[in-house]
Amino acid sequence: MAATSMGTRRPHRDVRQWLTAAAFLAPAMIGFAVFYFRPTVLGFYNSFTDKELLRPESDWVGLENYREMISDDVFWNALWVTGYYVLVNIGVQTICAIGIAWVLDRLSGSRVMRTLVMTPYLMSNVVVALLFLWILDFRLGVMNAFLDTIGLNPQPWLSSKEWAIPSIALINVWRHMGYTALLLFAGLQTIPKDVKEAALIDGCGEIQRFIRVTLPLLRPVLAVVLVITIIGSFQIFDTVDVTTEGGPVNASRVIYLYIFDQAFARRNFGYASAMSVALFLILAVVTIVQMRLLRANESDLA
Amino acid sequence: MTAITSRLDRAETAATAVTSSRRRRRRRRHVKPSDLFFWSLVAVLLILTLFPFYWSLRTALSTNASLPANSTGLLPANFTLSGFERALGLASTEEAIAAGGSGAQIDFIKALRNSFIVSTMVTIGQVLCCAMAAYAFARLRFPFRNQLFFIVLTALMIPPIFTLLPNFLWVQDRGWLNTYLGIASPKLLMTPFAIFFLRQFFLNIPREIEEAASIDGAGRFRTFFKIIVPMSASPIVTLAVLTFIEQWNDYLWPKLVGQDESVRVLTTSLGNFRSQTPQGTPDWAGLMAATWVSALPILLLLLLAGKRLVNSIQFSGIK
Repeated sequence: MAATSMGTRRPHRDVRQWLTAAAFLAPAMIGFAVFYFRPTVLGFYNSFTDKELLRPESDWVGLENYREMISDDVFWNALWVTGYYVLVNIGVQTICAIGIAWVLDRLSGSRVMRTLVMTPYLMSNVVVALLFLWILDFRLGVMNAFLDTIGLNPQPWLSSKEWAIPSIALINVWRHMGYTALLLFAGLQTIPKDVKEAALIDGCGEIQRFIRVTLPLLRPVLAVVLVITIIGSFQIFDTVDVTTEGGPVNASRVIYLYIFDQAFARRNFGYASAMSVALFLILAVVTIVQMRLLRANESDLA
Repeated sequence: MTAITSRLDRAETAATAVTSSRRRRRRRRHVKPSDLFFWSLVAVLLILTLFPFYWSLRTALSTNASLPANSTGLLPANFTLSGFERALGLASTEEAIAAGGSGAQIDFIKALRNSFIVSTMVTIGQVLCCAMAAYAFARLRFPFRNQLFFIVLTALMIPPIFTLLPNFLWVQDRGWLNTYLGIASPKLLMTPFAIFFLRQFFLNIPREIEEAASIDGAGRFRTFFKIIVPMSASPIVTLAVLTFIEQWNDYLWPKLVGQDESVRVLTTSLGNFRSQTPQGTPDWAGLMAATWVSALPILLLLLLAGKRLVNSIQFSGIK
């Protein structure tokens, strides 16, 4: 496209401009080639080899890694655990975020409130994980002390099989719900005021109006936000690594953690690569299915 | 009762369709159920967001010995600054052990310094290189420009762990393990997001400005650094703040390539904490003080640049 418009120009001027462009692009494109493009190609390639950490040579093994993956119970467990995490995390987070977006909308986007709900998201996963490691501590944590005062049984939140994943999921709901709400709020701003007010004249209550009129109009934004948050949610690592390290046994061994274990603790780089290819494909499928299901490209306003 | 009032409301609305909603709200004195719901949501949201921060501060200002007996009081149990002194390495080893700290404590000041060095390197390198590349994608003509930009954008879809494995081998082969360069390298020159973010702004700068500059005889580089960059100071600063925070918070990559204490950053040091105290009671007060100190630079940035960060959210969405 650019080439045709340049056809009428004198060639040496074009070449000079290309050289200028190359100079502008060079640093960033070197970074792209070395740290994005090369490892992507190599990641696929390694998944067909018996590559090991600390061993320079490797052999082509075809689909061996993929065969091993299909019969690996820990891999399927990791997928299951990750899926469970995503379900709890995204389910609760989306509902909370919609509620917060409504609050922000009613406050006409008060800057103080927007900054406040964004704050947890700006804290590192490690800091957030440590805050909740303390709050959820079995013996000394304030959560169990609180449950005790209202007459409920204390739970070993992060050290029990049943609660490990829901606890981690809710920790990350705390970190991400405000941020997700801000994304939704940005979408709310694009809905014309007269559409909302038309519903008011029709006699809807305020909450009803939000659920029946505003939310359906928000669907395209919601679809995009869901795709972003679900993809992020699948890649849970930091919080698990800091709080449970995958335990008890494999109860919270999410897929990222298992890939990491295989690559660095057991040095099976080829096998770890095959699993990251699988994760990549899963995320691609999730994205496509979701965009289809939520018909993201159609807006009811159009 | 509510049915009647709502019917009255409707009649009123129909009669005076032009009345602004604000005037109507002022005239109505009773509290609507949705108001009640709204303000209770605001209260819950405030408590939920602020409590964990407050609770860790309260713990950081308590002594470890008094925590078990006083696990719910809202005020610090036996107020002391010794938690912060331990976190900042101001307490002697004996004092630290007596207060429930570990004898082999993390050198927190050094970790703080390492985090600053790595985050600053990445911020300067990435913003500079990506600004230049974004300008080329927005304004310069060269073959396959749009195709190249598309390829760069598709990299946003690749899960980081996918590229992390080969990148680790590459950095290892260069001998960059346990160096600042090794920790900073993957994001030192570019991220697809940074190029996308700045390109959006450069596209909106009127072409006439550059044309005027080129008539005055300024080359592309002069035009870029003397005119385009100053004009785009605001998005560039926003990107710099976002990049700094992201690097400050990064955990997995620094954990892999920078375990040596001389380069270890804050997140890695804090993350090691739990594995260092597998059985015994951890130094909770010291740890909470340490998390506060490590969060403080980010909270400061939030105070200084909160508006920019909040406004950048539409763009962050594509991350």
